[in-house]
Amino acid sequence: MTKVKVEVENLKKYFYSGIFRKKVIKAVDGVSFEIKEGKTLGLVGESGCGKTTVGRTILRLIEPTEGKMLFDGEDITSLNGSKLKKLGREMQIIFQNPEASLNPRMKIYDSIAEPLRIHKICNKNEEKEVIFELIETVNLNEELLFRYPHELSGGQIQRVAIARILSLNPKFIVADEPTSMLDVSVQAQILNLLKDLQKKYAISYLFISHDLEVVEWMSDEIAIMRKGKIVEWK
Amino acid sequence: MNETWIALKELGENRMAAVGIVIIVFLVFVAFFAPFFSPHDPLEQNLEKRLLASNGEYPFGTDELGRCIFSRVMYGTRISLEIGVVVVGITALIGTILGVISGYYGGIVDEIIMRAVDVVLAFPGIILALVIAGLLGPGLFNVILALAVTHWPAYTRLVRGMTLSVKEKEFVEAARALRASNFYIMRRHILPNCINPVIVLATLGIAHTIIFAAALSFLGLGIQPPTPEWGSMLKAGIPYLRTAPFLTFFPGIMIMITVLAFNFLGDGLRDTLDPRAKEMIMMKK
Repeated sequence: MTKVKVEVENLKKYFYSGIFRKKVIKAVDGVSFEIKEGKTLGLVGESGCGKTTVGRTILRLIEPTEGKMLFDGEDITSLNGSKLKKLGREMQIIFQNPEASLNPRMKIYDSIAEPLRIHKICNKNEEKEVIFELIETVNLNEELLFRYPHELSGGQIQRVAIARILSLNPKFIVADEPTSMLDVSVQAQILNLLKDLQKKYAISYLFISHDLEVVEWMSDEIAIMRKGKIVEWK
Repeated sequence: MNETWIALKELGENRMAAVGIVIIVFLVFVAFFAPFFSPHDPLEQNLEKRLLASNGEYPFGTDELGRCIFSRVMYGTRISLEIGVVVVGITALIGTILGVISGYYGGIVDEIIMRAVDVVLAFPGIILALVIAGLLGPGLFNVILALAVTHWPAYTRLVRGMTLSVKEKEFVEAARALRASNFYIMRRHILPNCINPVIVLATLGIAHTIIFAAALSFLGLGIQPPTPEWGSMLKAGIPYLRTAPFLTFFPGIMIMITVLAFNFLGDGLRDTLDPRAKEMIMMKK
């Protein structure tokens, strides 16, 4: 029996809008699940069903309206300050749109070095070594390091995005449709890379997608969401 | 190749911008070396030689007190460029910082800053500048202050809008997931991605400021005589408009050339720095 890495209990996120008549949009409405160490939970659903909101809420990029989130058994729902910063090394996210997931004004090298610098993981000399190692792990060519994001292909950018969060050695990654904007051939490469990394570092994934086939191939368990609720488990 | 280098090269290929750059470089040169190249002391009066038309000794003629207009125009370049650069430097800096803060934090902070912007923008710029300059009294520092107070909101609005769109981008969210501090995100991610339009606005702003400063001086609230300044020279020349038009002609033409040069450069910068504008030009071609 493997350890439970992430646990979500009755998570709710409501958005309020409207000036005269209050409108409530229940983006996430009572979602519960758990993800075990080194396993993948696939989250599928039509667009607008709240699956992305779930991912961002777990990472505390959005504050939940109600509910509880546990990481390694610790309640992270209202963590803040230095503890929240530490959590940044444990949980990370990969985004959907390769065009927007890297700062267009930063060289690839600086983008990859950013997490190292923010969390002060190593000094300037070690930094270079670490980055070259990371680049190798995700099968990228070294010469790309000194280019800008717009000179790279979508697949390459997704690899860079993976490399930069790997430097933190995270134990849980939210992959928010990481392949939906890539060509089919590149999709397979990225998915394989994610799987390899999972085996190597025992990373848990929350894999969000609307493509059932991809999710089935990636996941150990699948939850299907509709209108903010999980309606089916596979 | 370096991105900045490419942008500069493109700018050089833009004919209007190139003309603007050449004129601006020339003006800066004049301003720096005015003491070496001006034939006379700009303050030296020679009442026997009043209102002379241009001749060998006085290339642009002399004014009502017998001062050399050519020398005065040269020294006037200094003050106009100084006001333009200083005012734009101050306003762009303050306006940009406030804009990023306003757009990034939103909520009550945004509300306060934007209402302050509305208050300033509710007045016609020249009137507010007149009031401030009138209250503080004339002088270089007060002109700069009056212009700075009236010109920062343009930058704040522009940058706030840019910030609102940039902060929704995924790389900002990624930085938040990395738990970068707000200050870090604003400095490294937001600011670099909204600086281009600020550069364009600042260049056009220099032209605008120079006109404003000249207008204040013309109205008697800016730089005071005997300091050579184009606006006050224009004013001093009005009584002699019919008999000695060169008194107003030369400072007037200088204001025009300077403002045009900065406008050319600003337009050129917009074409090279703003990719959307670039696409539109491509479509026209």
